[in-house]
Amino acid sequence: MKARVHIFYKDSVFDPQGNTVGESLSKMGFSKVKKVRIGRVIDLEMEYPSKEEAKRDVVKMCEKLLANPVIESFKYEILEC
Amino acid sequence: MLKVGVITFPGSNCDDDAIDTLKNIGGFEVENLWHKDTPDLSSFSLIVLPGGFSYGDYLRCGAMAACSPIMEKVKTFASHGGFVIGICNGFQILCEAGLLPGALAKNLSLNFICRDVTLKITHDNTPWTCEIKSLEELTLPIAHGEGRFVIDEEGYQDLVKHQQIVMTYKNNPNGSLYDIAGICNKTKNVLGLMPHPERATELRTRDGLKIWSSLKTHLEKKV
Repeated sequence: MKARVHIFYKDSVFDPQGNTVGESLSKMGFSKVKKVRIGRVIDLEMEYPSKEEAKRDVVKMCEKLLANPVIESFKYEILEC
Repeated sequence: MLKVGVITFPGSNCDDDAIDTLKNIGGFEVENLWHKDTPDLSSFSLIVLPGGFSYGDYLRCGAMAACSPIMEKVKTFASHGGFVIGICNGFQILCEAGLLPGALAKNLSLNFICRDVTLKITHDNTPWTCEIKSLEELTLPIAHGEGRFVIDEEGYQDLVKHQQIVMTYKNNPNGSLYDIAGICNKTKNVLGLMPHPERATELRTRDGLKIWSSLKTHLEKKV
């Protein structure tokens, strides 16, 4: 079983990396790009008897370590069962 | 003699500076503590979380160090009124551990900034600043890539209400909200700051001494 976690700064927190990359894309002529946010992807290979139990633990892992709830938000997907 | 514990995490690199300053200049008895140990901290007057790059700054600065075995002991120590200071990476660890509110994000410029900065002391009524006048300016070095203090509006109002903002930057180097450079908890016994007072006690600037001697005076009054 594999889970993929996506972590980004919350919308309320300025992302200087995303902003800089967005400016570069704009200078390169990609004028349709309005906003860039850069985050982090974490893949977890796991062994759980059920998808529900896996989801429950992934949320706990995100809240306790993988993301900082003060400045970051996360979402996840279970890729393979 | 007042006893100080300086914690070394894997990747700490200001632990020796803190030990040297507190022992040879501050006049404290100093013991070096290892992050995996869980010693009884009750005999210590102060615990120092030094600067550096604990766990190589993997995931987020301070995130993994905040889960170290010794941090449970530090939390208990702080909840009983024990004094804890987190400098630079130590500040990041304190925020990650929930001992201080807010978080430290990437500098606005994305640059690692290593230079002296001028700081304004906001409150002289904390144990860390009792020998410094409010609005007095200190010069201390900073050296960090992720020192932009971030907190939501409600959290900021809470900091103001409880007089927890201890120092601000005169010229904000990293984009910290409201120029915040250092904060303490509500009970004032836990301080986190990005500047390095342990690196400013002999050459160039000696302003770091003011923070150590403030705390020492406060602790000696308690004894």
